[in-house]
Amino acid sequence: MAASTQPARVVVIGGGLAGLASAMKLAELGSKVDLISLTPVKRSHSVCAQGGINSCNDQTRQLGDDEWKHLDDTVYGGDFLNHQPPVKEMAFWAPKVIELMDRLGVPFNRTGEGFIDRRRFGGTLYKRTAFAGATTGQQLLYALDEQVRRQEAAGAINKFEFWDFLGLIQDETGRCRGAVAQNMNTMEIRSFPADAVVVATGGCGLIYGRSTMSVFCTGSAASRCFQVGAKYANAEFIQVHPTAIPGADKLRLMSESARGEGGRVWVPRTPQDPRSPRDIPEADRYYFLEERYPEYGNLVPRDIATREIFDICVNEGLSVEDDRMCVYLDLTHIERSELDRKLGGILEIYEKFQGVDPRDEPMKIFPAVHYSMGGLWADYVKSADGGLEAGAPRNHMTSIEGLYAIGECDYHYHGANRLGANSLLSCIFTGLFTGTSIVNYAASQKSGANDVPQSLLDAAVKAQQDRHDHLLNGNKDSDENPYLIHQELGDIMTRVATVVRKNDQLQEAIGKVDELHERAMRVNLADTGAWTNQNVIFAKALQDMFPIAKALLRGALQRDECRGAHFKPDFIKPPLTSDDPVERRRQAEAWCDAFQENNEKYLKSTIATWNSSTNQPELTYEDVDTSLIPPRPRLYGLVGAEAIEEVWNERAAALAGNAQPAGSH
Amino acid sequence: MIALEPSIKNRPEFINVRVRRQDGPGQKPYWELHKIKYEREMNVISVLQRIAAQATTVDGKKVTPVAWDCGCLEEVCGACTMVINGRVRQSCSALVDRLFEENADEIVLEPMTKFPVLRDLMVDRSRLFKALERVEGWVPVDSYYNLGPGERISREDQERNYPLSQCMSCGCCLEACPQFTKIELTRQEGETEEAFEARKKAEYDEAFVGPHAISQAMLFNNHPTGKALAAERLEALIGPGGISACGNAQNCVAVCPKEIPLTTSIARAGRATTLHAIKKWFDR
Repeated sequence: MAASTQPARVVVIGGGLAGLASAMKLAELGSKVDLISLTPVKRSHSVCAQGGINSCNDQTRQLGDDEWKHLDDTVYGGDFLNHQPPVKEMAFWAPKVIELMDRLGVPFNRTGEGFIDRRRFGGTLYKRTAFAGATTGQQLLYALDEQVRRQEAAGAINKFEFWDFLGLIQDETGRCRGAVAQNMNTMEIRSFPADAVVVATGGCGLIYGRSTMSVFCTGSAASRCFQVGAKYANAEFIQVHPTAIPGADKLRLMSESARGEGGRVWVPRTPQDPRSPRDIPEADRYYFLEERYPEYGNLVPRDIATREIFDICVNEGLSVEDDRMCVYLDLTHIERSELDRKLGGILEIYEKFQGVDPRDEPMKIFPAVHYSMGGLWADYVKSADGGLEAGAPRNHMTSIEGLYAIGECDYHYHGANRLGANSLLSCIFTGLFTGTSIVNYAASQKSGANDVPQSLLDAAVKAQQDRHDHLLNGNKDSDENPYLIHQELGDIMTRVATVVRKNDQLQEAIGKVDELHERAMRVNLADTGAWTNQNVIFAKALQDMFPIAKALLRGALQRDECRGAHFKPDFIKPPLTSDDPVERRRQAEAWCDAFQENNEKYLKSTIATWNSSTNQPELTYEDVDTSLIPPRPRLYGLVGAEAIEEVWNERAAALAGNAQPAGSH
Repeated sequence: MIALEPSIKNRPEFINVRVRRQDGPGQKPYWELHKIKYEREMNVISVLQRIAAQATTVDGKKVTPVAWDCGCLEEVCGACTMVINGRVRQSCSALVDRLFEENADEIVLEPMTKFPVLRDLMVDRSRLFKALERVEGWVPVDSYYNLGPGERISREDQERNYPLSQCMSCGCCLEACPQFTKIELTRQEGETEEAFEARKKAEYDEAFVGPHAISQAMLFNNHPTGKALAAERLEALIGPGGISACGNAQNCVAVCPKEIPLTTSIARAGRATTLHAIKKWFDR
């Protein structure tokens, strides 16, 4: 078949914001889409996103904001590990993305005059964030879900809900020719031949046991691609959100918008002060973020807020409770009607799960694993203006030809730390932007979805059927229980690979996780049935968590530096200590030398390749495209920041051959 | 909402959980009793997780883990809806300490009764989503290209629409509605998948569409572009299984976990369909 004479046939895996945006756009471009999802797409994890979606806008522009500043905040917040051409493209698309979502009916909060209202989020000084109450992710997802339903009614999209993606179909050249998936009720395994496959399956928080993520976010789909040759990048960069509600089954997110609307984080100055929080006078409260970061206050980037909360509880012993670590997040000074209008959804969550009204009493919160900045490595084609070349088939193509990765499971946009309200943007943007790339790729192929040899399809299905059957019947003498192994994995990962990382602990964890992986491969299932067998589906997901967990631990071990969410106290760059101007200047020079040297070594993407004979990841490092905004020290709140900045700007100016300071546009 | 008693007296050491199980569609349901250790701050999800890990009944019999659906665990996805102690709700926000106030002896878990059981507590709610298609619950935009912003929307309209837009398709309202009755079809021998789907759709299209879908119709009819399809939506609500099937029991609004004003939507739909019918009569 000359593929270009027929509509492209695309399999999209995952029905969150990225997957739905992709499916919808592909349908518009005339493709036939098979949309595969573990859950009815309307229930995807994107519903949990609360705070909002960023773009520069008419208001911020008049205060001096523009797309370049959105790009700058994003890469500075991400500690320059972001790939700048895709981020630039995203920042320039952002206003258009919000306008499209507005047209699709998202009930964004409005100003008195009827314009879209905005609030401030972390890591920026501008009010860029559009929001729909405190359930923005849900509202954006529903708007896309509705369009996909519309396209489904028109025959362009075929949804396969409660289907588990099991693996890729690859021909002898390695090119991806489709996917194999399993019906989670009938347990039927079948092939879905395609011109291209898009993975939009989100993050891997379940590796940590409990996180803010939904139960589907196991990372297993990305892992299944990783294990057959797709590279995986920056696995060690996991965002720990500063504010979550601790729970036995899940750590529930308490959105950054609570701080964006004026929420203040504090602890009593007296450890475990027995007084009720409302009886503690201002003088006895320690607003530690505001004191330590006067410029950004409670809205410092997430990695910093998380470390400070952790530090207050662990090192300073100022946790509000003595048997459990938590700090206060206080909204009680804000008018109730205002809270209900802008934050209703999240306040109800707190109230429902904690039985306390956060309008009357400060919330108790603690950090929790939240987002995977890393993900499947994917390519892009840089345009002449420094963004992405629209329609280039290689945009977002993984290292497997014909396989695309978008949304949280790609790796370009958020660097070492994601800014709040940029994730919804990157998910929708990548879904929309890659449509033409995928269609152009499909059109350029001589052999398409209809030409995949039956033998290839049969073999791919058989391989998955064999794995399935072996899990049901192959380990009769074993007493390994997948749920208990998952708990153990989660405990280890949470202990060694969240806020603070130490090499001896990581090394030890690698050994333990190897051992757990072997045990996970011989689980004996309580359910060997052939109908709605959730036990076997979970067992497969569990087994596939290990390659990602291993890449994560190995990446963290080998990265001897602090960058964004990856924090190793043994490699911290010390603040300046001297008050003497000459000595201080010398210290600042030395600081900048060390910074530069460190960047040469570590300002690189970690690229993991899976070795299936050793069952281990192999790591290499790849340069990051920082061609638009030269990397500079990230100095939020550091002692001596002004002196360091001065030295740095002089050097940057000398390098650029003009007097323009770095980072200004 | 009242704060939990900080020291609920007589916290049990163990929790008895009675689960109504069913091995597959059309099979005979049966009860099973599980006993798990009480922990602080448990919800029904963590109870079911413990049951899955233990996979043994109170009599020490090895059993398969109970199947159930869940997703976000924070009551925004709607997946984990089931009947708990006789009341339909989400299992994530059903806190064990609260359930003890209702029934101190045991927690009783059953699947929703208005949808076909797939297995145990899992039901097939595809009919619920089909109803959204029936009322064309979407904004008929020209394209997904960048064509500038949408119309300005007053704060008042936003505040009217946002609560309706929070419907998470959980199905509580349908479970509670006396007019919404179960449809369970089985694929006949020799029937193709497509033919079976078409037969299901035809059957669903005749039956009551449900309060959730009526409310979505009103949501989109109150959107500046969405209302381009207002007449089509009202036609769908005038037909069989539409607004006239509502018996005004008002159970829907009572059980909605998001407190969506479903009966207000139904009343608005009633008025709008009447006006639409009169207008049509004059336009003949």
